[in-house]
Amino acid sequence: VIRVRSVALTAAMLFAWMTSAVSLAAENAAPVLLIHNATILTVSSGTIERGDILIKDGKIAAFGTEVKAPADAQVIDATGQFVMPGIIDCHSHIAIDGGVNEGSISVSSMVNIADVIDSDDIDIYRDLAGGVTTANILHGSANAIGGQTEVIKLRWGQPAEKLPFEGALPGIKFALGENPKRSNFRSDPPRYPATRMGVEETIRAAFTEARDYKKSWDDYNNRIAAGEKNVIAPRRDLKLDPLVEVMEGKRYVHAHCYREDEILMLLRVAKEFGFKVRTLQHVLEGYKVADEIAAAGTGASTFSDWWAYKVEAYDAIPYNAALMTKRGVIVSINSDDAAEATHLNQEAAKSIRYGGLTHDEALRMVTLNPAIQLGIDKRVGSIEVGKDADLAIYNHDPMSAYAVVQKTLIDGHVYFDREMDILGRPALAQERKDLSAKAKKEFEKKEEAAPKGGETPGSEKRLEEKPKPPQGDELIGGAR
Amino acid sequence: MINVRQRSGIIALVAVCASVFSTVKLAGQGGEPRSFAIKGAKVVPVSGSTMDEATVVVSRGIIVAVGKDVMVPVDAWVIEGKGLTVYPGFIDALSDVGLAAPTSGGGEGNAKPQQPASKGPEDRPATTPWRNAADEINMNDPRIETWRAAGFTTTISAPKAGIFPGQAAALNLAGDWPESFVVKEPTAIPISMQAPGGFRNYPGSLMGAIAYVRQVWIDTNWSTQAEAAYEKNPRGLERPRYDRTESALAEALRRHDVVLLPGNTSLQIRRVLKLAAEWKLNAVVYGGQMGYEVAPELAAKKIAVLVDLKWPEAEKDADPEAETSLRTLRFRDRAPSSPAALQKAGVKFAFYSGGVTTPKDLLPAVKKSIDAGLSADAALRALTLSAAEIYGMAEMLGSVEKGKIANLVVTDGDVFDKKTKVKIVFVDGRKFEVREPQRPSEPPKGDLTGKWKLTYTTPQGDEESTADLLMSSDGTLTGTLINHRGTGNIFSGYVSGDKFSFTINIPIEGSPQDVHFSGTFDGNTMKGTIGAIGYSFDFTGTKPKTAAVMAGGAK
Repeated sequence: VIRVRSVALTAAMLFAWMTSAVSLAAENAAPVLLIHNATILTVSSGTIERGDILIKDGKIAAFGTEVKAPADAQVIDATGQFVMPGIIDCHSHIAIDGGVNEGSISVSSMVNIADVIDSDDIDIYRDLAGGVTTANILHGSANAIGGQTEVIKLRWGQPAEKLPFEGALPGIKFALGENPKRSNFRSDPPRYPATRMGVEETIRAAFTEARDYKKSWDDYNNRIAAGEKNVIAPRRDLKLDPLVEVMEGKRYVHAHCYREDEILMLLRVAKEFGFKVRTLQHVLEGYKVADEIAAAGTGASTFSDWWAYKVEAYDAIPYNAALMTKRGVIVSINSDDAAEATHLNQEAAKSIRYGGLTHDEALRMVTLNPAIQLGIDKRVGSIEVGKDADLAIYNHDPMSAYAVVQKTLIDGHVYFDREMDILGRPALAQERKDLSAKAKKEFEKKEEAAPKGGETPGSEKRLEEKPKPPQGDELIGGAR
Repeated sequence: MINVRQRSGIIALVAVCASVFSTVKLAGQGGEPRSFAIKGAKVVPVSGSTMDEATVVVSRGIIVAVGKDVMVPVDAWVIEGKGLTVYPGFIDALSDVGLAAPTSGGGEGNAKPQQPASKGPEDRPATTPWRNAADEINMNDPRIETWRAAGFTTTISAPKAGIFPGQAAALNLAGDWPESFVVKEPTAIPISMQAPGGFRNYPGSLMGAIAYVRQVWIDTNWSTQAEAAYEKNPRGLERPRYDRTESALAEALRRHDVVLLPGNTSLQIRRVLKLAAEWKLNAVVYGGQMGYEVAPELAAKKIAVLVDLKWPEAEKDADPEAETSLRTLRFRDRAPSSPAALQKAGVKFAFYSGGVTTPKDLLPAVKKSIDAGLSADAALRALTLSAAEIYGMAEMLGSVEKGKIANLVVTDGDVFDKKTKVKIVFVDGRKFEVREPQRPSEPPKGDLTGKWKLTYTTPQGDEESTADLLMSSDGTLTGTLINHRGTGNIFSGYVSGDKFSFTINIPIEGSPQDVHFSGTFDGNTMKGTIGAIGYSFDFTGTKPKTAAVMAGGAK
């Protein structure tokens, strides 16, 4: 009897959770939540043992050991568990529909990841299961100046337009070295540039063009302001608009790079055109020029210990993140890969072993530091009153290899719940089985009923937008 | 060389090639009656309630009377309507039926190597919005007949290759010369977001295609303004450049043309809703198969939808081991419920053939959406009046009403009943009887399946073709025929006793033509006659043993 009851209970719980997950889309006000009796890793103000976090309206309302919760607050019992700020992945290619690279041209700044956010990508959910709550969705690295990028919150189940991180400055992807010069990808005809010199020239030429373009708009606006009537506005150029925004400080540059020489090159070019490089991505030789990176006020987003997958990655060392941190660079550890994103906590932990960072310094590299790099640290990245309730709850210290995410919250909503996920699996498996069986039956019925042969010539492909398998070329989006 | 006069023989030949379910003109040109009266039939006007034992009078291409007490003109050809049902002709709301194969300008990933690579929006890749379907009608498209025989009297046909392939035209599926097919041109500007380029040509990604289309609209609006300013006072101003794309699209915007945007999944539909608002277009979404998730959003934006009748299903030769995502399985299961969801939400929608290549599959596909909750009335409306309304042609088409174009489908029962047959189709008041297949029905005396080498002498010299035939147990023949002219799919093929017959459509002298093969076979040899563009000549064929074919193929 008890057994039956417990099944009924879990089914009811599951139903309640599923309906609440569905209601997320309706923008219901987040419930008042109390995470109770947890080890709280605030990142910005130390660790609190057996503490509570009160969440109201999707924000952290209070935390500590003496939190007073209203009677109607829903309680998440986190006894023995660890709460940390949701992980922020500064370099991700998940949730992109129809190709990660616009690889046809060396300057593809007209394309925008924001146009093709794929809210149905299962990797969003898998990232949530790894404690990730925010990701910087980047264009690939096939171009010296790549496409526009977008920071999203992993609000799984919501339509694409609800994913963007409100108020986060948009970015643009740059890339240096082997990928933009196409060393490893021959094409016919070959695409310019073919050398690192050419990459530099491509960036300089694009910004020279953008500077002229900006001048034409300034001239136009001045003439209009002066009362001139017979003036034709310049033609808007979607390729140059974002570069003007970069020069005006309204758009962040995230630059894929490896070698010290190209890092210094980009910092010089940026200085010449009066903009800042917000982050250097990968930056595996960053430890060689850490002082220069720190002096430029540029962030570094790197891998923990991933190297030698191509020539320009041969000089990488696992001490890179720690060495740059010690020289004053804001450093984050990123995934660049959907699978890697599910254990960024462990990736950060490696810098405790390699380079001797403290527990909190390591944690910062997947929370507060990427938040600073993306300009969203006022909202996320640490557990502070008033910040978004974007949290990851682990069963062990997240710096431990045994830590598994139990729940992931965004804006005070539970978007991932390991227990509910496991409970829901049999139902999903059954649904899959039923649908497959139904489809098979219909197919067989159709085969039987169909008169053999057709009487029209097969007509060709139509104007339809059917999902297409990714082209081989797109796969290099993840190329490091 | 084959001159124009000789080529006119094709019309006769097409008639001879009467295919399974083909239609044949009742009377030759000139002697056709101009008035018809269908007396005492059940009439489903779509615009009003169904009438029993009513009469429809058609004269000179127009419906002149509908009702119970209708005078039948003395000169009218009277059709006894007892047991028949009269519907408005069906409209295929997006297709390329009746158009020539794409010749130039198209992208679709098959850019020829000698063409320079497209390096940006200024190269206007896969963009030919000035092409007008009305100027590219191919009367020899065999689908004109087969679509008509399935009850479709009108197609909204558009060139199909490219991001901006060209302008769609409404075609009535009958006429004596190409231009006489045209009902309205242009009817719409279709846009695809299929990036043709890969890593060679811009755009090579979906985001590239979207950025490109965005830039084109910006350019179009800019040139409209710049040209107006320049025209007013050219002195001291830099001359706005002429651009064929901008010019054609500016004209379309001035006319407030329907712009067709692709959206099949909810992700795609939501995306194009956003883009349509950003670009301020008179947009209609095509695809629509995940409408069950987004119908209320479409309704809120008052955007009409063309629903693709090629419902998603597993590929026939799909890897049985490969795991299909649950989302895909759900999509396949629920897609046919989209029309019902659209109907419920109050979204205007029509159907289009999309990926359906066999017209007899179209109405069963509509039936699937009825089985999934759509009312039969709503389904019929989507096939007729709604399609006409979406394209601004409701005064001309879409219902059995006095004054409308006489496009009618006459059946022997409810059109969505599996057993019902289309008996007569009227297009522009011309009567086409739908014939049952007139194929002999003896069991085949052998299996024609296999690769056949056919040799023959044409007026242009000796030729050889390879016919890759597949015969099913009832004698139906399908397959392909390959020769130096190209590859043709075999249609209306059958075997009866030791006789066989099949037809292909293949380019001859630059335009697609029907070529008819018929004859007898004995074991691994066959002989017979080829008929094409007014000529006929003999051919012989042999089927090497399978092993020999394999060896040949390995060379």
